[in-house]
Amino acid sequence: MSHPPSCCGPVNRVRLVFTPEPTRNLVLRYLSRLLGYKSTRCFIVTFPFIERTVLKPHRIIALLPLVAILSACNAVVLHPSGDVAVQQRDLLLYAIELMSIVIVPVAFLTALFAWHYRASNTKARYEPHWHHSTKLEVVIWGVPVIIIGFLGVATWTTAHTLDPYHPITRIAPGQPVPPGTKPLKVEVVALDWKWLFIYPELGIATVNDLAAPVNQPIEFRITSSRVQNSFMIPAMAGQIYAMVGMETELHAVINQPGDYKGYSSRFSGAGFSGMHFVFHGMNNSDFDKWVADARASGAALDSASYLQLAVPSENEPVHRYASVDPQLYGKILDMCVEPGKMCLSTMRALDLKKGNGLCQPHVASN
Amino acid sequence: MSADSPPLDPIFGRLTLDAFPIHEPILVATFAVVVLAGLSVAGALTYFRLWVPLWRDWITTVDHKRIGIMYIVLALIMLLRGFADAVMMRLQQAMAFNGSDGYLPAHHFDQIFTAHGVIMIFFVATPLIVGVMNFVIPLQIGARDVSFPYLNNLGFWLTAVAAILVNVSLFVGEFSQAGWVGEPPLSGLDASPGVGVDYYLWALQISGAGTLIGGINLLATIIKMRAPGMSFMRMPIFCWTSLCVNALIVLSFPFLTISITLLTLDRLIGTHFFTTDLGGNPMAYVNLVWVWGHPEVYILILPALGVFSEVVPVLCGKRLFGYTSMVYATVSITVIGFVVWLHHFFTMGSGASVNGFFGLMTALIAIPTGVKVYNWLFTMYRGRVRMETPMVWTVAFMFTFLLGGLSGVLCSIPALDFQLHNSLVLVAHFHNVAIGAIVFAMMAAIDFWFPKAFGFRLDPFWGRLSAYFWTGGFFVAFMPLYIAGVMGTTRRTRVFDDPSLQIWFIIAAIGSLLIFIGVLCFLIQIYVSIRNREALRDVTGDAWGNGRTLEWSTSSPPPDYNFAFTPVAHDVDAWANMKDHGYSRPLDGFNAVHMPRNTSVGIIVSVLTLIFSFAIVWYMWLVAAVSFGLMVLVSIGHTFNYNRSFHIPADQVARTEGERTRLLAQQG
Repeated sequence: MSHPPSCCGPVNRVRLVFTPEPTRNLVLRYLSRLLGYKSTRCFIVTFPFIERTVLKPHRIIALLPLVAILSACNAVVLHPSGDVAVQQRDLLLYAIELMSIVIVPVAFLTALFAWHYRASNTKARYEPHWHHSTKLEVVIWGVPVIIIGFLGVATWTTAHTLDPYHPITRIAPGQPVPPGTKPLKVEVVALDWKWLFIYPELGIATVNDLAAPVNQPIEFRITSSRVQNSFMIPAMAGQIYAMVGMETELHAVINQPGDYKGYSSRFSGAGFSGMHFVFHGMNNSDFDKWVADARASGAALDSASYLQLAVPSENEPVHRYASVDPQLYGKILDMCVEPGKMCLSTMRALDLKKGNGLCQPHVASN
Repeated sequence: MSADSPPLDPIFGRLTLDAFPIHEPILVATFAVVVLAGLSVAGALTYFRLWVPLWRDWITTVDHKRIGIMYIVLALIMLLRGFADAVMMRLQQAMAFNGSDGYLPAHHFDQIFTAHGVIMIFFVATPLIVGVMNFVIPLQIGARDVSFPYLNNLGFWLTAVAAILVNVSLFVGEFSQAGWVGEPPLSGLDASPGVGVDYYLWALQISGAGTLIGGINLLATIIKMRAPGMSFMRMPIFCWTSLCVNALIVLSFPFLTISITLLTLDRLIGTHFFTTDLGGNPMAYVNLVWVWGHPEVYILILPALGVFSEVVPVLCGKRLFGYTSMVYATVSITVIGFVVWLHHFFTMGSGASVNGFFGLMTALIAIPTGVKVYNWLFTMYRGRVRMETPMVWTVAFMFTFLLGGLSGVLCSIPALDFQLHNSLVLVAHFHNVAIGAIVFAMMAAIDFWFPKAFGFRLDPFWGRLSAYFWTGGFFVAFMPLYIAGVMGTTRRTRVFDDPSLQIWFIIAAIGSLLIFIGVLCFLIQIYVSIRNREALRDVTGDAWGNGRTLEWSTSSPPPDYNFAFTPVAHDVDAWANMKDHGYSRPLDGFNAVHMPRNTSVGIIVSVLTLIFSFAIVWYMWLVAAVSFGLMVLVSIGHTFNYNRSFHIPADQVARTEGERTRLLAQQG
């Protein structure tokens, strides 16, 4: 697959030769032979499409006007800038092409049959009692089975290779991650209704503003404060849920400098629409400057200022913190930032010990 | 409820005057319209002295045909409500760009998209399919009614009062703002302290009970009440899909009941099943609710596919291609449909192998589904395709369904779902199937079986026009959402910051206008057809001329007892087979027919349920306790009623059949 990564790259060009009359006769003749039990070439209808698709996979895309339109607009999913999203895009096009092998001929035949066998066309053959053909049954079960077989292999393989928990192994096609590279760690907290990003190794934090150097693997650890969200940057790798008291991971890389949109993709209440941020892919020097800017902001993020930040607010502007309490993210995940609140982990430990005897009947009566 | 809240009034609970939205002009105007419409209907009923017939023939009826029709009327009324919600969303999203906040505040917008989803799934699609199944199945299997006629009446009224409860929330209090599946913690007491989620939970609980009761009933009916000779492999395909659907209902609706019961307990008495505090887990709700939710998708789609399997052979004048294939495809969809629920939340991060498994299972469903499309296609092949209104819907469906299937398989690939999940691609996909398959099928079904129900056909001109506008409108409204989706737009967004998206939302709004014209055409079609009913009348009972299944063998509308003599099936398409063998209708020797008696218990229990649920939404403990007690008492009391059936005397049957003989002879 060599789709142009740029926004307005060349559309997949295809010369469509459409000659309705001969094509129709051809298809009908083949079908008649097949169903008249004189021919065994039951795959003849679909075969030209298989042949064309396998040999020249990009051609069939042009049959989908949707894809053609999208090549011309700002379709981030089709023109991503991070290697994971690029692989997802390639998978998307592969799946569309594969399914078109069935869908395009069926759509064509539907129109053809509806027209050719219209009631007023008394010249068309009419066989009111014909209702079974073993050969045809083999085709109508066989073709979907083969296609879903191919698709199934891709589904299973990519479920593993593009799993968000799977560490990045390559920066770009043919460019493996250099040995010894440490990923940039970012801890993400979804708040009502803004995003908090903590850089534990850099000791800074930001709200609604995310940056990373290009071509460096990034390891996100994601949780949420009060309700569920989904952390989504379509240009880089898609999304994963941000859930209260739970942690998810996302491994990704951004390949081109630029500003990309990020947002919550799971409805979370009144301020949901304003819960977006800009993700900056930056050169190393720009990123260092961005970090220095954050450090210069002077503000500190500790439990108290976090609780202030966590009060629901809408359309929160960007702000930055020069320092972060290193235990804060753990406490958020453990749901015990509020002073005096029991941590989830403590509660689980107590539960495992049957509540330290608290749950036994003779004590419960207290 | 926290401990320091003031004690509640035992009668009015937390209901105060503030709950009435008199400061919201949209709602006040809507309320005025509803009141005026209600008054004019009541006035008309009084003027034409229709209250008694309404009570006797409809409200207390146990006749499956009338109950089926009432389900469909309920669904069409709720379609107008759900559609109004859709138009409001489209307008808001087309407007809210370039710093504009649109015209709907979040509080209102969030209720609208929740109500739209709930209404369209529970009070439009479900009653439509249940109504069509109710009307058609006993006729197709040659039965005189369903297995449990009282439960049928009760199931309908429970669904109806649940729909009323949703509409009450429009004018008293608020509706849920947590999305149509109501996932906690957003739907929990902490994030949604108001009555909205309670209205949602009780409406679902009641309509779910109604659907479950209906499902048990129809399942028993199909298994036990088929005409002699109608083995399973001679059943019409619509009955097969219905059999599978009702099995799915019986197996999956308990999951809905359980999950919303646990959530209700979380909200009402402070348990912690789905809160992360104190050891609960909100994702448990998501899992449980989708164990119901995905089979629900097939509960709605399978009858739709069944309808097309009836329409295509009749209007192509040809036996269905690949009957056996169709049965196996239906059953495989049913079975696999139960092991795909996790594809609704791949993005939870369950791990690659779990996601891979559910992705593969979902892809597998595409195989039997594809087979079905081929079967319709080869039924058209060498047929005589009559482009009557139901066939127009069918052909339109075949195109939209191909696209909907394609986008569905795309979303089912886990690696892609990380991009597509919750995006407008997903929204476009499920509307592609919900409109392009379910609505189209139900419109086809209404047009197809309307002459059976009322004795005259629907006007073909307005019907086709409606189909064209719906189809065109669907493409104009939802193709832009596919595009906006791959441009990285998420669902349920109220205000946008990227101006390049606006054009797509404006096009989508125009699409919803086209669909609106389609809805208008349908209403005009009904009006015109009633006006021209004499010209459109069909006295043969076989309105399309070459009906193939047993419902076309009796009169239109069928007599109360459906069949004077129980038919005998000798082949698939029993009626076509009877016609081929020169069947002649018996003209004498009629017997008395044993029939179920009407009952008012269904409506009484349902109204008490409505009062109970409204009371509990507002914490009116006293009212809730009294209405619940009465509900239980009436239900138990009904079990002592042994006078549940009667006989239509033989001479009355002979008169009814004689009248039909006369009409048939008159027609020549």
